[in-house]
Amino acid sequence: MNKMKRAIYEIQSLDALANENRWVNRLHPLVKLCVTILYIGITVSFPKYNLSSLLVMAVYPIILFVTGDISFWKGIRRLRVVLPLVCVVGIFNPFFDREIMIQVGNVNISGGVLSMLTLMIKGIFTVFASYLLIATTTIEKICYALRILHLPKIFVTQILLIYRYISVLLSEANRITQAYALRAPGQKGIHFKVWGSLVGQMLLRSMDRAEDIYEGMCLRGYQGEFYYGSKIKVRWTDMLYLCIWATLFLALRFLPVSERIGSMFV
Amino acid sequence: MHMADALIVPTVAATMYACSTVAGGYSVRKVRLENEPKKIPVMGVMGAFVFATQMINFTIPGTGSSGHLCGGMLLSALLGPYAGFLTMIGVLLIQCLLFADGGLLALGCNVWNMAFYGCFIGALFIWKPIMKHGASKKKIIAASVLGCVLTLQLGAFSVTLETLASGITELPFFTFVATMQPIHLAIGLVEGLITAAVLCFVYEVRPELLWGVETEEKKERFSFKKTLAVLGILTVLIGGGLSLFASANPDGLEWSMEKVAGTAELEAKGNAYEKAAQIQEKTALLPDYAFKNSESVAGTSFSGIVGAAVVVAVCVGCCYLFKFFKKNVSHE
Repeated sequence: MNKMKRAIYEIQSLDALANENRWVNRLHPLVKLCVTILYIGITVSFPKYNLSSLLVMAVYPIILFVTGDISFWKGIRRLRVVLPLVCVVGIFNPFFDREIMIQVGNVNISGGVLSMLTLMIKGIFTVFASYLLIATTTIEKICYALRILHLPKIFVTQILLIYRYISVLLSEANRITQAYALRAPGQKGIHFKVWGSLVGQMLLRSMDRAEDIYEGMCLRGYQGEFYYGSKIKVRWTDMLYLCIWATLFLALRFLPVSERIGSMFV
Repeated sequence: MHMADALIVPTVAATMYACSTVAGGYSVRKVRLENEPKKIPVMGVMGAFVFATQMINFTIPGTGSSGHLCGGMLLSALLGPYAGFLTMIGVLLIQCLLFADGGLLALGCNVWNMAFYGCFIGALFIWKPIMKHGASKKKIIAASVLGCVLTLQLGAFSVTLETLASGITELPFFTFVATMQPIHLAIGLVEGLITAAVLCFVYEVRPELLWGVETEEKKERFSFKKTLAVLGILTVLIGGGLSLFASANPDGLEWSMEKVAGTAELEAKGNAYEKAAQIQEKTALLPDYAFKNSESVAGTSFSGIVGAAVVVAVCVGCCYLFKFFKKNVSHE
């Protein structure tokens, strides 16, 4: 499967996941957005040597993956984009920070190793958090939440439009590159002589398509505002969900939870 | 260059969110002022277009690698900096949500590093000044390459600063910068060339789609009537004013004749010549560039104006005659 086909497949599978009728999906989108941002913010705020406290933050993805019946492997697959970059940045830490911070048996662990591991785990947790958001909330609902937060409608509308036309234009780009590849066997990528005309033709078609879309929107009564269907009410369960997670995150961040639990056993 | 959430701390993220929000708010105001409802679907589709084309691999000649399109520069060259900036935010948000390319918390940083530099710096400080006096392929190539290289360099430098300010890496500042900048210089060059190729194509086929390029109508600062009026005034000034300072010395032909024949005016004898001289004397309104039987300055000046007017009238008449005959020939 090539890059474009894989992207289309990923979009479709995420869309299908987000449209499922699970308890997590039924939660208010604004609540889920707030919990996600709070989780990511608290996770990245952990000090670079505080690996043990950070590890406890795994409770959020674990609970949601298990109770929400969301594929853990698909979440792991998403790490392929982020983890290499995070590793590149963190891999030098052991070379520059050699001060011994922990001694596990006979093994000395330097500050550099600890900070590298912390960085990687932060990367994994934050990717999981955004995956859990998009796997349980459709883009339309996220845009609805953004409108509640009073983000300008120009901005929200064009996010919706970009999302709606990504699959269409990805399919078109895929068809074009496939047609090109069939006419240029054994060639990797697009030859520089046709860079302009190949993408340019697609660009002009997209521009014309935008005009058609605008006319279609006008015919359906578009007057600068998108309608997101029925209003989603905030229920008490949504508020409870937000309060529980917010309290837990703050407790895990500011109280030595892992040390206290550990001291019970050691 | 998409930054992950793990690479920043909340304070840096908040600062960059604040900076990006200011730029975003300003762009929203500007787009609203433009009051073009058609632009919103165009922004949406162009965002999707950039997203799709960024997945196409373009072979870099002479190497085994490939590059992709520079979205910020392309969008701002087509939509303008403000609409382009908003579209880029949309693209970055969707990339982050759907493909984990960049983080939600790091979105402010990514918007600043990729959209702000690409759209604001690239469009307002590079594209617009270069295209000020009209576009050409060379100008488009120069603006695209320069824009992509410079904005990517700025973006890469910002990534370094944001990561170091977050205290994430132990890499020394200069080592980090020395690693980031050269890589992004090469990327910027390739992306600039791809962007230039696409924009050159658009310039050839539909130049009106390019933003910030002075079109022919805009270039025409004066209307036809205004141009005629200016030319008329200049004619009066030159013919009526400057002719007073005309040299009294003979012109080139007269000078040559004086040298060869000893006189500036050859005397022609014969019936035909005499008759012609008589007719000319009767019809000439301003013989020898002055009023009849007058040596006044006003006469010389007036003759200059009349002469010029006659020349213009003859020219215009000839042009219309030429046009008339040309039209007839083409009809046949």
